[in-house]
Amino acid sequence: MNWINNLSLPKINDFFQRREMPENLWRKCENCEQMIFHRELKQNLYVCPHCEHHMRISPTERLESLYDFGAYTVVDVPDPVADPLNFRDEKRYTDRLRDARRTTNEKEAVVVAHGRIGDVDTVSAVQNFGFMGGSMGMAVGDSLLKAAETAVERKSPLLVFSAAGGARMQEGILSLMQMPRSTIAVQMVREAGLPYITIITHPTTGGVTASYAMLGDIQIAEPNALICFAGPRVIEQTIREKLPEGFQRSEYLLEHGMLDMVTPRTRLRAELVKILRMLMQLPMLPAGQLPEPGSLVRDDEPEMSEVEAAEQPDGSAVKSSDPQS
Amino acid sequence: MQYLDFEKGVAELEGKARELRALARDDAQMDISEEVERLEGKSSALLQDLYGKLTPWQKCQIARHPERPHAQDYIGALFDDMTPLAGDRGFSEDHAVIGGLARFRNEPVMVIGQEKGADTQSRLHRNFGMARPEGYRKAIRLMDMADRFNLPVVTFVDTPGAYPGKGAEERGQSEAIARATEKCLEIGVPIVTAIIGEGGSGGAVALATANRLAMLEHSVYSVISPEGCASILWKSADRAQDAAAALRLTAQDLKQLEVIEEVVPEPVGGAQRDPKAAITAVGDAVARHLAELRAMSRDEVRKDRREKFLQIGRVRLS
Repeated sequence: MNWINNLSLPKINDFFQRREMPENLWRKCENCEQMIFHRELKQNLYVCPHCEHHMRISPTERLESLYDFGAYTVVDVPDPVADPLNFRDEKRYTDRLRDARRTTNEKEAVVVAHGRIGDVDTVSAVQNFGFMGGSMGMAVGDSLLKAAETAVERKSPLLVFSAAGGARMQEGILSLMQMPRSTIAVQMVREAGLPYITIITHPTTGGVTASYAMLGDIQIAEPNALICFAGPRVIEQTIREKLPEGFQRSEYLLEHGMLDMVTPRTRLRAELVKILRMLMQLPMLPAGQLPEPGSLVRDDEPEMSEVEAAEQPDGSAVKSSDPQS
Repeated sequence: MQYLDFEKGVAELEGKARELRALARDDAQMDISEEVERLEGKSSALLQDLYGKLTPWQKCQIARHPERPHAQDYIGALFDDMTPLAGDRGFSEDHAVIGGLARFRNEPVMVIGQEKGADTQSRLHRNFGMARPEGYRKAIRLMDMADRFNLPVVTFVDTPGAYPGKGAEERGQSEAIARATEKCLEIGVPIVTAIIGEGGSGGAVALATANRLAMLEHSVYSVISPEGCASILWKSADRAQDAAAALRLTAQDLKQLEVIEEVVPEPVGGAQRDPKAAITAVGDAVARHLAELRAMSRDEVRKDRREKFLQIGRVRLS
């Protein structure tokens, strides 16, 4: 009977005892629908260990997983003029901004930081799809310009992680003007003879694709990311036919010559270290000398084994995994 | 004359005047001059009134008016020795983007424009002014040549946007637009742009990242079409009027936001009522801006352009 206890009872108990379990310990992969233990998901940088589906990762976690020892300094970007058009649709733009700030705990849709990656001083700008769809308004343009200035000052390469539904419509023409403005940022880095690398993540569309995302010295995409100017729905409406499977996805763009490579998130840091050190004319790091990246898993987070123990019928182990008791 | 929805009253008055004139032609005894004059006076007063208080949505319709002069009309009337240049040297010729060497008031320049076409056949040929990547790559090639031979660049912008098609995406529409914008910022010769109708999003930016931007009074320049914006933010394309107002896409608002340098007045009733007058006014504006830029060195030209875009966004609309 032991095997029944081990295999089926935990599942049944999981069902009945859900409320006693800390929430969000498990997450269902939206692609393969398998349940993933959240510690494992974090260790794997939000890539499903079963199907390699790349889930959204916050800018903070992105930076932690990228920089040596997870150490980086956030660069402050001054606030642009707020709601320059006094825009209102069904909702006020200022209200939408306030909501986005509350849910993301970020000021705007890009986080700029500097630190060392593979012991190379590097500046990053990370776009946050969770903040109003990552949309590009004045703040995004200003952030990219600030990131470029920081890179030039520090004589460091610039990495840009793109993710956006496109322009911030609520800023009207000013959002469109971020296409030339962000292009100036790229030019500043280029004129200083520094590398500019774009890491294009899901989804990157519209004016963002048609400006800084496509101007990288090297362009890397995460697997299966939607990367386009006009979205698939708009195209289907225009040409009135179904688009082929995989259209406008990373692998498709790679085949059509628009990208240098498609790299899974779990291998991205190693790839970047290699490239950055070559472009910056630095020697190869001897084996064992590559600094560790930061870990997204906090020390007080329960282990898988502890949770399994917690699923014992009497439920007593739940308390033992709680650091409070 | 094709009338817009809001011009219905004018259409009726002008129609009546026309009918009367036709009647009088058949009957020599009939004295209609007084009545015709009265009708014409009334219709022109109405037109003046309508065009004095246009809504942003009405301006969008005027900007898209099929009888409005298009890039080819401007190039034909304002430039001499027009020598069209074709092809992106990679894939094809894009008929939505016309361009070439020409003389503008005697000086050789490079002229590039988005052409919508004037009848069904030419509209299809021009893909309604929606460029594919090849159009932008051709523009890059021409701007690059202008840079090497020290020719100022004049562009005419009039497009609903870049073409949202399968092939266009496959061949790198985004990259082509990004590179065209980059080329605009890079060259050491002045760029003067006239927005003569629709400035549709990224497809317009690629040719409008200029030192000086002049817009016809009833043209529009926007990040997204009012219909597109309405269907996303209001969840209904029927709210395009509201979106047009919220987007602040008129020449007057863009001037206030310091995105453009000049609003070029149109004849009463819009450029479509008197194309010649509109074309001349645009030509004079372009000439004025080019003259101002001519004194600058190559570095100054680049810096002027860069500074202009870096400064954008400091103004707030009331």
